[in-house]
Amino acid sequence: MLSRNEILQTLDMIDQQHLDIRTITMGISLLSCADPDPKACCRKIYDKICRKAERLVEVGEQIEGEFGIPIVNKRISVTPVALVAAGCETEDYVPFAVALDRAAKTCGVNFIGGYSALVQKGMTKADEKLIASIPEALAVTDFVCSSVNVGSTRAGIHMDAVARMGEIIKQTAQRTADRGGFGCAKLVVFCNAVEDNPFMAGAFHGVGEAESVINVGVSGPGVVYHALQSVKGQPFDVVAETVKKTAFRITRMGQLVAREASQRLDTPFGIVDLSLAPTPAVGDSVARILEEMGLETCGTHGTTAALALLNDAVKKGGVMASSHVGGLSGAFIPVSEDEGMIAAAQSGVLTLDKLEAMTCVCSVGLDMIAVPGDTTAATLSAIIADEAAIGMVNNKTTAVRLIPAPGKQVGDMVEFGGLLGSAPVMPVHQSSAEAFIARGGRIPAPLHSLRN
Amino acid sequence: MRAIVTVVGQDRVGIIADVCALLAKNNVNVLDISQTVMQDYFTMIMMVDTERCPLPFGELAGLMKQEGPALGLSIHIQREDIFNAMHRI
Repeated sequence: MLSRNEILQTLDMIDQQHLDIRTITMGISLLSCADPDPKACCRKIYDKICRKAERLVEVGEQIEGEFGIPIVNKRISVTPVALVAAGCETEDYVPFAVALDRAAKTCGVNFIGGYSALVQKGMTKADEKLIASIPEALAVTDFVCSSVNVGSTRAGIHMDAVARMGEIIKQTAQRTADRGGFGCAKLVVFCNAVEDNPFMAGAFHGVGEAESVINVGVSGPGVVYHALQSVKGQPFDVVAETVKKTAFRITRMGQLVAREASQRLDTPFGIVDLSLAPTPAVGDSVARILEEMGLETCGTHGTTAALALLNDAVKKGGVMASSHVGGLSGAFIPVSEDEGMIAAAQSGVLTLDKLEAMTCVCSVGLDMIAVPGDTTAATLSAIIADEAAIGMVNNKTTAVRLIPAPGKQVGDMVEFGGLLGSAPVMPVHQSSAEAFIARGGRIPAPLHSLRN
Repeated sequence: MRAIVTVVGQDRVGIIADVCALLAKNNVNVLDISQTVMQDYFTMIMMVDTERCPLPFGELAGLMKQEGPALGLSIHIQREDIFNAMHRI
């Protein structure tokens, strides 16, 4: 029999500490939708997504009701569209994004990811067309998310693609200038992108995946924060143990929900993503966990070490709780989506350079950061190149999701609303990287890519 | 299916009777009860069996939640699995 304490602890985690399942994401392969006729292709895409994900939201809500655990998002990821559309006789890829958006609306999900291209080594004609269409596609759709993989440990960094993405981010911001450059919040540039990530905006359904699959992303910064409050002043060994135990519990919940969803939707279970994903709500912040470890403000000296410990302990605790772990798995540090990060950035303690250092030891990268609207494409590309280099050399996923907010200056706030929160505009270095980005070509893969 | 009912509210006469009546009306069998009063706050945890309940579980959970405020209580019913997943290996 469960003890009263255990039951109350679980309820407290859900009611007071914001424990939730962040997302159930259904991955759907669209490879079978390829067709030379773009209209037919779009129709097949829409039909297949609606058929596969018809009951996704309903089942998610059922599970929420029965287990009493909130499932914040129900989402869909699809095969990178550049692969699906490659055989189509068309120059315009925007209709594919519109078809995805329509399907997302019919299914009732709040994001659909996979308007993507994988160009870490080179670009096909289809990749070029898709990338060129991103600003328009993100401006005319509501729920479509786009990602482009520009580097990997095995392939090196494709600097032509990096240069191109700087321009694309600028154009995307311009096209959605009336919404603070909101389009950029739906666009991620990756190095070492993973094929089973359930989190947006970078989710896509990899080609090595099954016809359809259920991936689950857990959350729970609030629970970890709360647990650490009970070990104030104790050595890091105790801190790490406490985080591990908490991560284990959170992940067990994710595993249970993933298994239920997979059974009810008759779709194979893929992975649980062991991530600490913050929200703008007070008490659901990763920055506050770091501060609880003894830092006055997130971003000060010691932040990288604190984050490294947190990230590692989350993985160690979570990995035993799930039969398959994957996705991005680690602590997220999106600035606009984390109340503590926003405060730290506003106070000037948390800078872009410190965030870059933090991305060396945690999941993903420079995420949801607003920079001045007049930041040049070359500077954006150079930021992407730095982040991709960290990913490439450290054999990890890194990503860049920057918002060069049109008309905004350092110190202004950009409001996105909902889970995307609001971001203080952070300064970038003014010294130019123009000539560096203009070189183009590829940065060769590091020596340790030769592992065979 | 086994489930956990949690009831929290200001202490008064007849809380257990009210909650049990609500459960009985829906053919839910009570297996175990543990309750305490802390600083005038009544907290009760019940293990129940919903096997013979005619309502789908989601509806039963909605009903309990809805009926709670009228009784001056917060009532939740959740499947036992979630607690086992979190606290038992």
